[in-house]
Amino acid sequence: MTSTASSAASGRLPHAFTTPGTSSFVEFLSGHAPELLPGNRPLPAGELAVPHATTIVALTFDGGVVMAGDRRATMGSMIASRHIEKVFPADEFSAVGIAGTAGLAIELVRLFQLELEHYEKIEGSLLSLDGKANRLATMIRGNLGLAMQGLAVVPLFGGYDLDRGVGRMFSYDVTGGRYEEQDHHAVGSGSVFARGSLKKRWRPGLDAAGAVRVAVEALVDAADDDSATGGPDRVRRIWPVVATVTESGYLRVPDDDLEAVAEAIETERRVGGAGAGEVGR
Amino acid sequence: MSMPFYVSPEQLMKDRADYARKGIARGRSVVVLQYDDGIAFATENPSRALHKISEIYDRIAFAAVGKYNEFENLRVAGVRYADLRGYSYDRVDVTARGLANAYAQTLGTVFTTESKPLEVELVVVEVGREPAGDQIYRLSYDGSVTDEHGWVVMGGQADRLAGLLEGGWRPGMTLAEVLALAVRVLGSAPDDAEPRTLGAGQLEVAVLDRTRPRRAFRRLTGALLEDVLGASTA
Repeated sequence: MTSTASSAASGRLPHAFTTPGTSSFVEFLSGHAPELLPGNRPLPAGELAVPHATTIVALTFDGGVVMAGDRRATMGSMIASRHIEKVFPADEFSAVGIAGTAGLAIELVRLFQLELEHYEKIEGSLLSLDGKANRLATMIRGNLGLAMQGLAVVPLFGGYDLDRGVGRMFSYDVTGGRYEEQDHHAVGSGSVFARGSLKKRWRPGLDAAGAVRVAVEALVDAADDDSATGGPDRVRRIWPVVATVTESGYLRVPDDDLEAVAEAIETERRVGGAGAGEVGR
Repeated sequence: MSMPFYVSPEQLMKDRADYARKGIARGRSVVVLQYDDGIAFATENPSRALHKISEIYDRIAFAAVGKYNEFENLRVAGVRYADLRGYSYDRVDVTARGLANAYAQTLGTVFTTESKPLEVELVVVEVGREPAGDQIYRLSYDGSVTDEHGWVVMGGQADRLAGLLEGGWRPGMTLAEVLALAVRVLGSAPDDAEPRTLGAGQLEVAVLDRTRPRRAFRRLTGALLEDVLGASTA
């Protein structure tokens, strides 16, 4: 932490703390301790070998949105982590999933969570869902310098819009462009395969359980064809992180439910197994 | 033009203290009471938007009496202090003691160096996992800090209300019991005047609930507050 010389001498809170005006923690940091902001660090030129996070999927259902992420992080052709978590609650009514440079992305999520909570505490009210999505866009834009050097962070943001009473989701590009997505979307290395799967399996009027099933299936399909995406691991009992956001808030789907879903998908697809004779659903 | 007279430091400090005390005494009181599952805050405040009681961090809350613009400024500073500390280190490293020290230094410096002292009195409270882990710090306009146990009352008529709380509070009370006590104390009148009965609409009530997983602070408003108040009278 830094502080001005005069206030440090007396031990009182620095003037930046008592300056009225902003309800944004990021703005406060950029004035008071800019070195703590993720985008503000100079990087040496050259390629860095760092862990990358991969596939995130999100889809809407009746009364909310589901977000799911696999558990793999890769570094080149090596698996850097089998149990990294890439889907987080941004606040009570929204979730954020991240693909791209894992270290930066996790730091960005931490800052984003704090940004929303900080606003809520100072203003005494929640930001609108569009307000939250725009804050995230600004933070991604601040990371553009690092993205140009190959350290991109690509989030997917979803939440329950308390004003409209529906689940909505937003995707981003590295320049901070914010795009509202309809029905379903996926980001990360396995997104091409996940999107194909979502397109076939998503349908209007899904309930929460159905939407969780579609999300896990999309991740299984992504893991099938993308080496950087990890599928459900029944040996180590590692399941994707799946969360629903509804009127009653962010809820992480328990591991037992995910195990059942993963098992059902596996049974249905097993060669010569129980589901072999059936078609699709 | 008159000559500037010599004013002794004692007199100067006394004048400032009197000035601050007068400002604080004009406001309505805030009571803070420990109960079995947390710490309750109550004050008479018909406003739904201008709060005297607020959340600072996961398990830390803040209550103040005095001039609104001055304690609001300190509240925002406290939220920034706590969030910056939690971001630089970890959420568990944000403590009420650290915050109380920062406030004490700020209040003390303003009291001695600036032309006007802050007309505020604050309470910084951290709720523990067990009642024994609760911390209640009371900060005065001159930067003095006291570590309180069980209950605190600040603002106008604090001494008289303290006498009532002293007799009414005991460890291990329930939320309904402490709120009933708070309402009785806040509505009491000096001397033999008729006491007032305060309803849910005139009260600002919040709790730090130790049973909640992360953010312990919760406001009790509307129907929820009426339920709790009703349970205590039934």
